[in-house]
Amino acid sequence: MGRKLLLEHINVPGINTFDVYRQNGGYRAVEKALKMTPDEVVEEVKKSGLRGRGGAGFPTGMKWSFLAKPEGVPRYLVCNADESEPGTFKDRFLMTHIPHALIEGMIVSSFALGAKTSYIYVRGEMMPQVRILERAIAEAKNAGYLGKNILGTGYDLELYVQPGGGAYICGEETALLESLEGKRGNPRIKPPFPAIAGLYGCPTVVNNVESIAATVPIINDGGDEYAKIGIGRSTGTKLISASGNLVRPGVYEIELGLPVEEFIYSDEYCGGIANGKRLKATVAGGSSVPVLPANLTLKLANGEPRLMSYEGLSEGGFITGTMMGSGGFIAFDEDQCMVRNTWNFARFYSHESCGQCSPCREGTGWMEKILRKIEFGEGRMSDIDLLVDVARKIEGNTICPLGDAAAWPVASAIRHFRDEFEWHVKEPVKCLETNYGLANYAVPIAKTEVTT
Amino acid sequence: MLKVEEQQPEVFPETLIEKFNEIISRYPKGKQKSALLPMLHEVQAVFGWLSVPSMDKVAGYLGIMPIEVYEVASFYTMYFLKPQGKYMLEVCRTGPCCLVGAEKVMAHIEQTLGVKEGEVTADGLFSWRGVECLAACGFGPVLQIGPEYTFYENLNEEKVDQLIQDLRNK
Repeated sequence: MGRKLLLEHINVPGINTFDVYRQNGGYRAVEKALKMTPDEVVEEVKKSGLRGRGGAGFPTGMKWSFLAKPEGVPRYLVCNADESEPGTFKDRFLMTHIPHALIEGMIVSSFALGAKTSYIYVRGEMMPQVRILERAIAEAKNAGYLGKNILGTGYDLELYVQPGGGAYICGEETALLESLEGKRGNPRIKPPFPAIAGLYGCPTVVNNVESIAATVPIINDGGDEYAKIGIGRSTGTKLISASGNLVRPGVYEIELGLPVEEFIYSDEYCGGIANGKRLKATVAGGSSVPVLPANLTLKLANGEPRLMSYEGLSEGGFITGTMMGSGGFIAFDEDQCMVRNTWNFARFYSHESCGQCSPCREGTGWMEKILRKIEFGEGRMSDIDLLVDVARKIEGNTICPLGDAAAWPVASAIRHFRDEFEWHVKEPVKCLETNYGLANYAVPIAKTEVTT
Repeated sequence: MLKVEEQQPEVFPETLIEKFNEIISRYPKGKQKSALLPMLHEVQAVFGWLSVPSMDKVAGYLGIMPIEVYEVASFYTMYFLKPQGKYMLEVCRTGPCCLVGAEKVMAHIEQTLGVKEGEVTADGLFSWRGVECLAACGFGPVLQIGPEYTFYENLNEEKVDQLIQDLRNK
């Protein structure tokens, strides 16, 4: 059994209430942190090696240390709970079942950053979670852990929950800040970074739910202890949202460095592929990261086992690797159509593009239309290269990473499953009636020189 | 039979105004525009959709231009700019849910209700639409129903039939 830091008490009845959470060691981190100086708290998070759990994987402690601290200007901590990346549902799970883990982390983190007002921006569709968090905040306030003069230390903190309006783009931190200011979610041009000019033009840190919750065990046990868990620069534990054709989909807490094969097939985790089918492909870190065929999911190109860590998943770059992303692990069985799935993701990004940058606004729409043509038997062979061309012209040419996120799934699907795209063009009738199966990648391949 | 009113009453109930004031108090002085998204949710929870007169009223409460409300209401997918059925079934149509049968569920809802995506049933009770990822991929297929956004997970055709039946009998 791997160590559990965030979900240790997930099965305790009533853990969603303040009292039960407190009885199980909750809010010790607040008591401890408030006896330290804010800089000491930041130092512990730096030592822990914690990396942002929302997708980018940027070291949290370093992000905190960039926060500008001009005299007389308020600072803000904003929690990014706009979980919308297809394949990712860990934050919803955490907020639903252990809301106080987030509240406790918010208090610790706000204290470290010197924020006196903090916001949790929850996607609007999660209205039940908004209510759960509001109740948890009221309980914590009632017990003296929020509000004025917390635990008699003189530290004041008000915590508010802000519902969004339904827009994937608001998971991008500057779009989130725009939205929190009551505007359309159009990402801002950086610099200035939020650490200098964020919410209301004030220095702001935006962190993912899981990153903030992870500060609780870091303060309780110390940054050094946290850093002992995991592998290399991937320290600690990570929540993985497992979905798709698995025996037991759900949210799992893993120690970083777990072999992918064990995660998929072990009974402790997903328990294998549902209905006795074979694994065809996976998307390891949410829909934005490159899709990988089964053989490259389980093993690196050199035949060594692939590990679930930031470095392990990106081993091989985009030729034979993928990314950790948000930890949204989607498994596809042999009956799934890669063209149809790629079209589905392309439609998602086309729908969610904010429309600010033309390469993304136009390009995502074109990719969606071309893929739909291929899926429904009207594709031409040249369309496949056209898709690669469009994807390449979006990537890197937009203000925010949504453009890259839209380009990577398309480019990688063609890179690894080109024969299936070609089959759709050559056999338009047959492809609507039968499944292509495992494509040409059922046997592990040696290091290949595939280029797009 | 439920009647969908084209013209909403111009009067906001007292409870809504109290809610507005509470929401506005969450932000620093002068930054009350931050209250816009939560306020629109509250208005929609009362009236079922956002009419132009009610958006204008919200603009008035916040001291901002009506266009600032329209541009927000039309940007985000959760706000309805025309009346919907009393129960709006929003089915996740993104990748992971489709791997486990979301397309079948949507086809079944369309057939059962007898209306196309975005339309309202003759009795005014139901509408449905496909929405993008609802962050519940491990429990798919899923659908949600506002204004409280109650969640229904691991759906199949029987469960959808039961749900529609329960809502009809409510």
